[in-house]
Amino acid sequence: MSWKIKALKKSVWVFHVNTGACNNCDIEIVNLLTPKFDVERFGIKLVGSPRHADALLVTGVGTRQAARRLQEVYRQTPKPCAVFCMGACACGMGIFEGAYHVAGPVDHIVKEVDPNALIAYVPGCPPKPQAMISGVVKALAAIG
Amino acid sequence: MTQRPIRDRISEIADKLIRVEQPRPNRMMLLCEACNSFEVNRFLFSELGLRFVIVTGIDAEDSFEILYHYSNDHTGCLATVKAFIRDRENPAIESVTPLIPGAEWIEREVHDILGIDFVHHPNLKRLILHDDWPQGVYPLRKEVRT
Amino acid sequence: MKQTLKKPILAVGPFHPLQEEMEFYQLTIEGEKVVDIDVRLSYNHRGIEKLSETLQFDQVPFLVSRVCGICSASHPLAYIQAVEEIAGITPPDRAMYVRVIINELERIHSHLLWVGLGGHFIGYDTVFMWAWKYREPVLDLLEEITGNRNNYGNVKVGGCREDIPDELIPKINVELDGIEKKTEMLTKAVLDDPVLHARLKGVGVLSKANAVAYAVTGPTARGSGLGIDVRRDDPYAAYGDLDWKVIVQPEGDVFAKAVVRLLETLESVKIIREALKKLPKGPVAVEVREIPPGEGCGHAEAPRGETFHYVRSDGGNRPVRHKIRAPSYVNVPSFKASCIGQDIADVTLTLAAVDPCYSCTERLAVVDSRRHPIADHEMLLRLSREKTARLIKEMDPPPFKLEDC
Repeated sequence: MSWKIKALKKSVWVFHVNTGACNNCDIEIVNLLTPKFDVERFGIKLVGSPRHADALLVTGVGTRQAARRLQEVYRQTPKPCAVFCMGACACGMGIFEGAYHVAGPVDHIVKEVDPNALIAYVPGCPPKPQAMISGVVKALAAIG
Repeated sequence: MTQRPIRDRISEIADKLIRVEQPRPNRMMLLCEACNSFEVNRFLFSELGLRFVIVTGIDAEDSFEILYHYSNDHTGCLATVKAFIRDRENPAIESVTPLIPGAEWIEREVHDILGIDFVHHPNLKRLILHDDWPQGVYPLRKEVRT
Repeated sequence: MKQTLKKPILAVGPFHPLQEEMEFYQLTIEGEKVVDIDVRLSYNHRGIEKLSETLQFDQVPFLVSRVCGICSASHPLAYIQAVEEIAGITPPDRAMYVRVIINELERIHSHLLWVGLGGHFIGYDTVFMWAWKYREPVLDLLEEITGNRNNYGNVKVGGCREDIPDELIPKINVELDGIEKKTEMLTKAVLDDPVLHARLKGVGVLSKANAVAYAVTGPTARGSGLGIDVRRDDPYAAYGDLDWKVIVQPEGDVFAKAVVRLLETLESVKIIREALKKLPKGPVAVEVREIPPGEGCGHAEAPRGETFHYVRSDGGNRPVRHKIRAPSYVNVPSFKASCIGQDIADVTLTLAAVDPCYSCTERLAVVDSRRHPIADHEMLLRLSREKTARLIKEMDPPPFKLEDC
């Protein structure tokens, strides 16, 4: 089933993955569920397992220890799926570039497993919830 | 236990110290050799009842310095034991974890990042470096570049 | 013949929906009780202390702001205080007050965040939605003052980067009135609710002796009868000039820690109001030319407890050594003492009561599990919420009500 049809037929279920983040992006993601932003009105739902997810919201630089776990999560997520790199760290390591325990950025880690992975980038430190919603919605439209 | 000023009782371990430095009224540094560090730590934690804060390990070129930071919450003084490990080939110091359970993690961390052996540590296994990090590479040593 | 009982291992992590970061606790259980815990860190370790040695003194605050998102005012402040100690710098009075205001605003939104998560863990999702809704005005205020909802980047060696404009002060006071009213309502609802008493009292007790042995700080310590608070014990910024209380509860259980955080939120409102009233005129920074050789220690009371930074300088423009100790680094290990003997349904709540900020410890992360998990990690959330549902059924209490505005 193509992404466009899938996205139209049902809401997008997302699984949140922290690969070594400072928490800010993660909290802003959880903020998306709260009354002020309320992403459920767009049909976006946070699920508790990658096996139920259509998309991964990935935060963090991709530490060496987290890299393999991220790849494992990606493998477990049914395809097609989209990977959203949320925040400066996930997009390109941000301020942590050069640190000895980072293996990222996230897109490199995912592409090791799937060179054709569908990856979208939402920069910011952290991206505001409005930016996250805008990024996810735009990416879904573009993918279709 | 109400924490009294350290200087009231410092004479009790004066023979274990190289010297005492007091750069400002509420900051104190107790310098000692590694072989005496356990006794000095025991004095601050058990005798004086200071609160353990953390351990800093430093690669100081000609030695390793292991700094044990304590807080005297009653007086607002931060006291640091600065222990010198002179043997750079086999750096070792007695663990304070049997005395202070809260020191377990940080001694494991310093072991990971500087390669210091904490003798009598109950659980000195890898803590913060990832599973495949090469043995013998200690990231906080000066020879390791970022 | 001695029979060895097989002890099932329950793995919590690495991606646990209750906890935002990855952490791996290997819990050994017998029946329904936890008998042992092992923890492995590494997932969040980035190597920040080493990275700090490559940055100049005035660049480091931006790095350490990102050690942890909800202590992103406390970490740079503790670092900067260490550097100011080395250089003998005293920032202007106005800067000291601005530092207090920003740090207390952070404390408010951090404690409300925790209350929300705590509610979610036990199935009180109204509390989660409500607490996080009423955090938002605080984040908006921080954005108006500093330019960012988080990662404020507002402190620098010698003072602050941004001032609080006088015309914003009436708006801050109005928002504070709203937050105070809401927090009072929530506090009363929590203190009066019989189900919360039954669910949280006696759970995850950390004794005072263990609080000392594990060297815990913050609400984790104050909820176990240990009356320590850096703001009072070694006053920094303008805390020494302001009138406020250190909140202590003796019981050491999750309920006590919740009460400490709620009452501290109300104290923070008082502190900010007084600081705004007393805010002196003048500049918010002094010029800093160089940092001489020396060592400095800086500590600040983050929402989770004492954040401690040690800095060594050799007279150059970068730190020779920078040690970062976040409060969770000492608080989370105490989980071992407070969790042994607990029901597995209470394990994640006990851990959450420490308000772990894994990023702070950088590596509070997951360990290598030698055995396969015997239960799905979602099961623990379900167990926790089922326990609350059982209590509600048994007790048939009046409904837990929170007014909305």
